[in-house]
Formats: sequence, C-alpha cells, structure tokens
Amino acid sequence: METRSSSSTLWAGDDMTDTDTMIDDARALDAPLHIGGVEFVSRLIVGTGKYETNEIMVDAIRASGAEMVTVAVRRVDLDRTKEEAILHHLDPDEFFLLANTAGCYNAEDAIRYARLARAAGFNEFVKLEVIGDERTLLPDVHATLEAAKTLAGEGFKVMAYTNDDLITALRLEDAGCVAVMPLASPIGSGLGVVNPYFIREIKSRLEVPVIVDAGVGTASDACITMEQGVDGVLMNTALAAADDPIRMSHAMKHAIIAGRLAYLAGRMPSREIAVPSSPTEGMLD
Amino acid sequence: MPHDTTIEIQLNGKARTLDRAHTVTSLLEALELHPGMVVVELNREILQRDSYNATDVTHGDTIELVHFVGGG
Repeated sequence: METRSSSSTLWAGDDMTDTDTMIDDARALDAPLHIGGVEFVSRLIVGTGKYETNEIMVDAIRASGAEMVTVAVRRVDLDRTKEEAILHHLDPDEFFLLANTAGCYNAEDAIRYARLARAAGFNEFVKLEVIGDERTLLPDVHATLEAAKTLAGEGFKVMAYTNDDLITALRLEDAGCVAVMPLASPIGSGLGVVNPYFIREIKSRLEVPVIVDAGVGTASDACITMEQGVDGVLMNTALAAADDPIRMSHAMKHAIIAGRLAYLAGRMPSREIAVPSSPTEGMLD
Repeated sequence: MPHDTTIEIQLNGKARTLDRAHTVTSLLEALELHPGMVVVELNREILQRDSYNATDVTHGDTIELVHFVGGG
C-alpha cells in the first residue's frame, strides 16, 4: 500500500493549529480513504481552476487540507508559459495530482488527454470527464463508459465523473474504475445535493469509493453530502468563487470532517413531535 | 541558409517556420520550455522524454506541447 509522503503539510508537527487538531480528530475517529491503492486522510479533493491568483489558490488548497488536487491538460501558450503552468505554483511532492479530461466531448478526446496526462510522469490516475451538453455540462455516460473501459485496460486508475445514476455507476465499477464520482448537481452550479436518495443508493451498491463531484456550493452542502455516507467530495468553484476562498477552504475542511463523523456516529431518529430532554419527574409543586 | 532546409510545422495549432534543423530537445530549448514541464505529442503520438534528443523535427510535422493548468 502506497502512502502519502510524510513531507506533506498535513502531517507537519511543528506548526499545529486548531484545524490541524481537527484533522487529528478525523484521523483518530475515522479510517483513511483508499483510492486505487493510495491512502488519503482528507476526504476532500479540490480543483485548481478559476482562482484569482495562484497565491490564493495555493493558500486555499493548503487551508482545505486536501491532499489530492485536480489539474487540467492544455496546450502550452507559447506567448506566456510561466504564468499558467500550474507546476510553477503547486509542488507535486506536496499534493497528489489528479489530471482531468475536462473539456472533452467524446471518448476519443478523453482518452487522448488521459494519455498525455500520464506521460507527464506523476501517476496513472485520471479524473475521467466526458461532457455531453454545454448548457448543463452533464456527462455523456455512454462515452464515459467507453473511455473508462479503454483506459482501465491500459492500466489507468480511472476516477469517473458521472451522473447520479445507479446503473451507470455500477457499469463504471464493472469497467474497472477505482472510484465513481456522481455529481451532487451540475458543475459550477452550487446547488448542493439535489438527489440524496440516489447518492445513498449508489454508495450502498458499489464496492469502490464513491466521491461526490460537482455542485457543492457552501459548507452545509459539503456536510450534507458527507452525511449521505459517501467516501469524499470533490469541489472547485465553491472555493475559488467564494469571496474569501481561503476562509471557505477552512470551512469546507471542517464541514467534510463534520459530515463524515456525523455519518459514522449515526444520527438520532427524527420525529415530528417534541420529546423533553430534561426529566419530567421531580418538578416542584 | 539555403531555402530547401526550411522546415514548416504545425505547432500548437499554428503554422511555424523553423530557420534551422531541430531535435525535439533543441526546439524546447528554443522555446524556453523545461522538458520536465511539458508533454510532447508528435503527429498524434506521445513522445517519451528519453527520446527527445534522438527525435528530429521534420517538415510537415504536427507538434502539440501540453502541460498542466488549473482545472477542476
């Protein structure tokens, strides 16, 4: 079993803060997350897109506690390379890079982007994303499944972005995906989990980790998502488009841990009439 | 330089004329790109980094240079 580098800031002992203590709680009260043979303490995966500056991005990611971060594959802009290359700003020894196939609208393109990403030499993981519709950015699940089969056959560790559809999720698992990632709601929408029942059903039926990818808007959305019992959440816009991305990243870290621990703790039954918390005996006459 | 050594290529979607012979390594140097920071696709085939030195850029090649950028 591969484990994350001990040089990760998550494990730093010298500069413990309140939020590091919170991470310690998660480590003591929860098992690590295993995806494709790699172990993660944080159940939050974050994107690197749409930040105002690279400095804010790096600070926000550190504040989120995320170990796995997504990146996109694009042509080098030969006029201004230093600015946009993310590896000038993100240390691949500090973060586990998860390249995506964002922007691809068919299986062939997604496979091409995945191969290019792997050739960068960091790992064999890919966030497979094949979009079927520009307005909703909903996934083309047929093309996703086709690409997943090919890539898994080539030894990729495929984490597949998909709809909140159980049958597709099962097929993606059968195709060899190391994680299945149903959406909470459309990419960048911030609507939160629109169908918690479907998310719970997918989680209950799959063996591989279920990571909810896309649609989380704020901390309560992340918490409610984790309370469904899923293994993790992937988000980008909720952090990058917050007024204060670094503060929101702290909030999300707490929300993910809170939702996870609440799920593990098992909530009390809800009821529609009150039940007193204090004894009804022993009242004065 | 004689005209017949001119090498025209498609580089990241744009026509480029190279004024001298290049290997992939020397092309990346000319573009001030660190080989470890990019992936090279030559005529739709991904090139392994250890073959950059031995791979000549030839007239009519289509080259894509890609790297990681911010994304979700």
